[in-house]
Amino acid sequence: MKLITAIIRSYQLEEVRESLIAADITRITVSRVSGHGVQQSEEIYRGKKVIPGLIPKVKVEIAVNDEFVDVTVEAIMKAARSHNSNQGEIGDGKIFITPLEECIRIRTGERGPSAI
Amino acid sequence: MKRLGLFIFLFGFTGISVFAAESQQVDTGSTAWMLTSTALVLLMIPGLAMFYGGLVRSKNVLGTMMHSFAAMGVMSVLWVAVSYSMSFGSNVMGGWFGWNPDYLFLNGIDESILPGGVPEYVFSMFQGKFAIITPALIAGAFAERVKFRGYLVFIALWGLFVYNPLCHWVWAEDGFLFNMGAMGAIDFAGGTVVHISAGVSGLVAAIFLGRRRGYPHRQMKPNNLVMTMMGAGLLWVGWFGFNAGSSISSGLSTAQALTATQAAAAAGAITWIIIEGMHQGKMTALGFASGILAGLVAVTPAAGVVKPAGAMALGAIATIICYIMLIYKDKLGFDDSLDAFGIHGLGGIVGALGLTFFIRDSWMEEAAKAAGGSWTVWQQFGVQATAVGIAIVYAVVSTVVILFVVEKTVGLKSSVSEEMQGLDHSYHGERGYGMLTPN
Repeated sequence: MKLITAIIRSYQLEEVRESLIAADITRITVSRVSGHGVQQSEEIYRGKKVIPGLIPKVKVEIAVNDEFVDVTVEAIMKAARSHNSNQGEIGDGKIFITPLEECIRIRTGERGPSAI
Repeated sequence: MKRLGLFIFLFGFTGISVFAAESQQVDTGSTAWMLTSTALVLLMIPGLAMFYGGLVRSKNVLGTMMHSFAAMGVMSVLWVAVSYSMSFGSNVMGGWFGWNPDYLFLNGIDESILPGGVPEYVFSMFQGKFAIITPALIAGAFAERVKFRGYLVFIALWGLFVYNPLCHWVWAEDGFLFNMGAMGAIDFAGGTVVHISAGVSGLVAAIFLGRRRGYPHRQMKPNNLVMTMMGAGLLWVGWFGFNAGSSISSGLSTAQALTATQAAAAAGAITWIIIEGMHQGKMTALGFASGILAGLVAVTPAAGVVKPAGAMALGAIATIICYIMLIYKDKLGFDDSLDAFGIHGLGGIVGALGLTFFIRDSWMEEAAKAAGGSWTVWQQFGVQATAVGIAIVYAVVSTVVILFVVEKTVGLKSSVSEEMQGLDHSYHGERGYGMLTPN
């Protein structure tokens, strides 16, 4: 079992969700976070360009069984990458994969891969 | 029906308006109320921005609020430049709209005072607010999926070619609906001109632009109902200017309209949550707000001619019909996103037709006198139905043409990626929320 954590552009969330659903990954947790990598984001307020220090991002967390890791990562990458070039752009985000020790379904008390 | 006297002056004596202005005294009482009403109607537009803004998804909140705010800019500029002339000038092009060169940029009314003692500037600005809110209402039907530039062009064309002619027909002294039947088609404060025209145009636009991506399967929950409730509150308050100001005076008819407005809004709201409580088990805040609006819309054409009991009946009936419509909306398959047609279109139709059965006796007696003997409820109903029918047909046809032109030139429908990223990011480069993140 793995926990996949993706940090993506907030406005790409819709596209990522559609892509995941198309790949049959339907269980996700989404939260609004802020932070920065190497990206400098620009926003416009009253005609002035502003570079916010911390950039709002969306964090998507998905717990999956090992055989679904690749398909999930593929679905996220395809949807979160900027469209204007195949290479993507700085600020498209990152995906972290961590081992998941245990998973328990609260309703039934089930444990392990079947609970995911 | 104070508008009648006012228009006789406006159009019968425009030639000597300079002399009249010198002899006419300003009635400070009426003018004070009309100034207040003008401000109150303007307050409805930020109210509408909040009402609509709270109902969309958070990625579209600013874009949706901008639909209302942009109308304040575009429509005001047009109103001063040509729309006042097109609405309240004398018939041209066979009565299609009005025209009076003196009204261009309001040049000729600098010192003009109407016979009610109200400066014409005040009347013009008051009417101009109605021209702002009408296209802003339409935006609710195609929320979350229009290009901002296309929207600006759309409301400008719609204002010029749909609102101005309708306003002229119904409210100008030589408008043909104003003169239909014994005492004209009754549209006290804009049931036909504002709500029906906006509602049906919205429905046409919603169908023309197609559904939002994922509708109706995906949930599209309101991002901030608190803001929606504040907006509904501002709309209710502002509606006193909308209705009670439409007497263009400060007197008995103002009081009658004001009372009818309060009664209908309250009855509509209560009716909505009662039905909802029985049908769904819970009485929702959004339901209460929707009931307020249904009641207010229904009483808008009627405020001048119905008594409080009739106003309450109209509010309750409109709510029942709107509630049923909203349930069937999804089944019919069109995406009238924020129910511009479901509330304003239908509520306006219910009000414009239903008011016939609640007209106060004194009005019917006057109408009978004007008709030379007798005037029945059903005759008036025929006049109302004709006016409503003409407004619907005209709004539908012209809106289709305007939509087609805008879509082919500037582009109106958002692209798929613009729609997914949200109006705020795609067209404005801003975020509505998140300013409080630790920056």
